[in-house]
Amino acid sequence: MSNTAAQAPLAASTPLSQAPLFEASLLNKHFGTHHAVKDLSFQIAPGECLGVIGPNGAGKTTTLRMCLGLTTPDSGRITAFGLEMPEQALAIKSQLGVVSQFDTLDPDFSCVENLVVYGRYFGLSRRAMLARADELLEFAALTAKANAKPGELSGGMKRRLSLARALVNQPRLLMLDEPTTGLDPQARHLMWERLQRLLQKGKSILLTTHFMDEAERLCNRLLVIDQGQKIAEGTPRDLIAEHLEPEVIEVYGQGALALAENAAPSGLAALAKRIEVSGETVFFYTRAAQPLLAALANLGSFRTLHRPANLEDLFLKLTGRQIREDA
Amino acid sequence: MSTTTATPLHRTAHSPLNPWRPPEITARWWPVFLRNFLVWRKLAIPSLIGNIAEPLMWLVAFGYGMGALIGHINVLSPSGETLQVPYILFLASGSICMSAMNAASFEALYSAFSRMHVQRTWDGILNAPVSLDDIVLAEMLWAAFKAVFTVSAILCVMLALGISHSPKLIVAWFVLLGVGAMFASLALIFNALAQGYDFFTYYFTLVLTPMMFLSGVFFPLQQLPSVVQKIATCLPLAHAVALVRPLFMDQWPSDPWGHGLSLLGYTVVAFWLALGLTRKRFSK
Repeated sequence: MSNTAAQAPLAASTPLSQAPLFEASLLNKHFGTHHAVKDLSFQIAPGECLGVIGPNGAGKTTTLRMCLGLTTPDSGRITAFGLEMPEQALAIKSQLGVVSQFDTLDPDFSCVENLVVYGRYFGLSRRAMLARADELLEFAALTAKANAKPGELSGGMKRRLSLARALVNQPRLLMLDEPTTGLDPQARHLMWERLQRLLQKGKSILLTTHFMDEAERLCNRLLVIDQGQKIAEGTPRDLIAEHLEPEVIEVYGQGALALAENAAPSGLAALAKRIEVSGETVFFYTRAAQPLLAALANLGSFRTLHRPANLEDLFLKLTGRQIREDA
Repeated sequence: MSTTTATPLHRTAHSPLNPWRPPEITARWWPVFLRNFLVWRKLAIPSLIGNIAEPLMWLVAFGYGMGALIGHINVLSPSGETLQVPYILFLASGSICMSAMNAASFEALYSAFSRMHVQRTWDGILNAPVSLDDIVLAEMLWAAFKAVFTVSAILCVMLALGISHSPKLIVAWFVLLGVGAMFASLALIFNALAQGYDFFTYYFTLVLTPMMFLSGVFFPLQQLPSVVQKIATCLPLAHAVALVRPLFMDQWPSDPWGHGLSLLGYTVVAFWLALGLTRKRFSK
């Protein structure tokens, strides 16, 4: 948004240096009276990883379904590789790789058979697929499981097989819907490492997630959406700099809440730019952490955590801390 | 939260795709059909036993048991003369249509629903350059194939038992392929509407079972009151029986075009309806 425009003032309408690989403009989608996506526009440049973040029900999956031509927007336009969605959906999909939120692997086929069968949907012969299967399974760290069925795989292995399956057609753009939801830390790190390899090879990625560490690690640019609308867009670093104070001091445990209530008389309010309370924890957002830490030390002994502001803070600031009833 | 009232002027409204537009079929239905075939091949023998055991039990128990009581049954031939036919031949020619109906319906309901809704196989395929139209066509043809496979197995047993040796059984085989396609298309309508497997019980008990009794599978339609007869002759299964039964008796059916076009009409309309409803289901 404002950041990218500031960096390239001459090309404010096309903030990306190259012609976009994928472009969505002014998308709208209603479900009955519910306005699920409102005037949403974004672009993906070649080689870029764009992260779409937002709380549950924000419209991420609906947006992705529109991008795939699975549901038609009520208004707006989607183009990819110079082709129009949904009219040229099949031509677009032959250049896309998709990993959906839920595994759609064939439970009756082995890993290799899953790849061969999926390749046929792209018009790839069994022979061509068998020739590439080893490479794909190695990429997915599944070489030892080539003949195992999905039922015998762990959650992380299934997701990696889904990723390998999405690569059968050597796509230029990958669309990944929450690729690491439900995985343990080892499996997530392995997935991230593989996605980074793909980015290094020049693939483009559109990724939805609600893990801020994932967004921070993988994405060049982020799109924050809430209630179907874009509420922020930019690089992770720029977004943090634009919306947040650089440092955070979290205070937990006994007496923490009282600190927030008496922040003005105790002088803490003057030292912190913003104070937020969530449960039993108080968050002081500040540009000068040392005086604030010193003031806290004078007020008693508290359990504190001093850290730089991160995307999670940004996300919570923009979308709120309350648990949503529909989430 | 602001709700949805404003409509900016610069928007280009999208004409939503009409779900009732004609089918758009490409050659990509084949890999979907092949996928189902490859899964089935792994389980073919156990499923074969399941598919033909029940129809054969009906045939043997009713055909020989009831057949001993009934003996012969009078059937009107196309040339107008009355033929005396052993009950088991009468029953076999009707029950093979019923088997085609059941096999196709079962595959296009329970199995297709598993792939569509439970395993989300269709969702995976839709992320590839394969359209929903191709998937629905592949499922229809696959269910017809399953029906014809079951029918072939039962025909072999009937030949072995010497129930009929009519060379016109080859023609009957092709008719039964069409019967499978018709009931697969009809079943896919209900597949598109289903929220769960329970729904299919209604289809079997409220649609297929009454149709079985009203289509002349077990007894001649002439036994029914004339009003019921009139309704019964319009039923899809009745047209199938009217075509297949004479072929078992080495006769040509009367009005083959009328019955054949009825089967074709049912198939085309049902497939179109199933496709439209499935498109609506998937555009949500």
